[in-house]
Amino acid sequence: MSAMNRGKMLVEAIQSGTVIDHIPAGKGLTIIGRLQLKNAEVRLTVGLNLPSHGGGLKDLIKIDEWRFTESDAAEMALFAPRATVNIIEDYRVVRKFPIGLPERFVGVFACPNTNCITHNEPVDTRFSVLVAGEAVKLKCHYCERAFADSLFIEQGSL
Amino acid sequence: MSNPLYRRDVISIGDLSRTDLEFIVNRSAELKHSGPLPLLKDRLIASCFFEASTRTRLSFETAVQRLGGTLIGFSDSGNTSAKKGETLSDSIQMIASYADAIIMRHPQEGSARLAAEVAGVPVINGGDGANQHPTQTLLDLVSIAECQGRLDGLSVALVGDLKYGRTVHSLAQALGHFNPTFYFVSPDALAMPAYIEDNLTAMGIRFSRVESLEEVIPMVDVLYMTRVQKERLDPTEYTHIASQFILKADMLSHARPNLRVMHPLPRVDEIHPSVDRTPFAYYFQQAENGVYARQALLSGVMNEAIELPFPGGR
Repeated sequence: MSAMNRGKMLVEAIQSGTVIDHIPAGKGLTIIGRLQLKNAEVRLTVGLNLPSHGGGLKDLIKIDEWRFTESDAAEMALFAPRATVNIIEDYRVVRKFPIGLPERFVGVFACPNTNCITHNEPVDTRFSVLVAGEAVKLKCHYCERAFADSLFIEQGSL
Repeated sequence: MSNPLYRRDVISIGDLSRTDLEFIVNRSAELKHSGPLPLLKDRLIASCFFEASTRTRLSFETAVQRLGGTLIGFSDSGNTSAKKGETLSDSIQMIASYADAIIMRHPQEGSARLAAEVAGVPVINGGDGANQHPTQTLLDLVSIAECQGRLDGLSVALVGDLKYGRTVHSLAQALGHFNPTFYFVSPDALAMPAYIEDNLTAMGIRFSRVESLEEVIPMVDVLYMTRVQKERLDPTEYTHIASQFILKADMLSHARPNLRVMHPLPRVDEIHPSVDRTPFAYYFQQAENGVYARQALLSGVMNEAIELPFPGGR
């Protein structure tokens, strides 16, 4: 069996849940970290450095029994903006959509500004997404500062 | 006369439109000439200063009292339940149940926005950390309109610490509604941040960086000075660099007759006292306008319609 077919098998082998495919190689572990933050008991199967269709390498994550919404997917957008989400039911892909940058992130990231009030109060952080060409910035609704996406990608947890 | 500010929160200068800003500027001039009016009669305003401030707190509290309102509040967080670990959200909800509006200053950025979201009454931001201090900008606009007779189409130099100075950032943003030409004069290390310049470019505002203070003086209507803080620069360079951004009276010999020098105060040594005696000095009138600008804002937020004794103002 070729490596490509093995990747396809991984997608198809799940009975019900979500497969995140075409994650840039190396970003898979970050996404796993975020998924485990949202659900510590989530059952995952992971493929790292799999051969990608267009050449190069990719990561792939299977998530059992958790069918992603667009909103779940959007939370991963900073880490894998060109990944695709496959929703699986009864071993078949019933829906497929690309991960897209949302207009805002609510309760997903901590504010990099350590003097932002969100660090001390029982409130969800809120960031609006500003895109200028290739550059992506997140602007905090509270402290009004805008930060490069790289600062959030490095964040392990909220 | 209806007004666009009624029951609004005033958190960030970006929340205010050109119409809002013009309303405050005109109302401020009217109140300055009309003398005290009972526009806050039977209103109880909470003045909540979680961080000490002299000028801002006193001018807000003067504004409330001059308009016939009453005050509750505190001037630092030392004696409040914040010391006991109460969240700001809880404190503000409690205070909002007592008062008709809340004026607040707090050392953390975003505190005023958060307070506005949990308070059932209008919140006016008197400074949230290094983020926003919108009423400083309002009094700057009131003063510029007063001394120039207009806000539109002015040439304005912003001088000093343009990197960290929230005052100049907000002023640039607010004046952006009025088609200004900006000149930025600062040490390289304290230049205007790129994101502010990008915003100005997007708004179609003309601006340029100018090396020397003397060069810019003949070109502008308003010379807005700010302090270059020692801790922002290499100590060995400070004396040399800071001296290039000190204004002295003899430097004003080629100024336009209508030029006015402004400063958010307190000044340290960036405006030599010799300037105080020239007709160009306007920073003390500017500070006085803090009371009228805050009166204008409070009267707008607290009254759906206002009948002034002589409508029209400026």
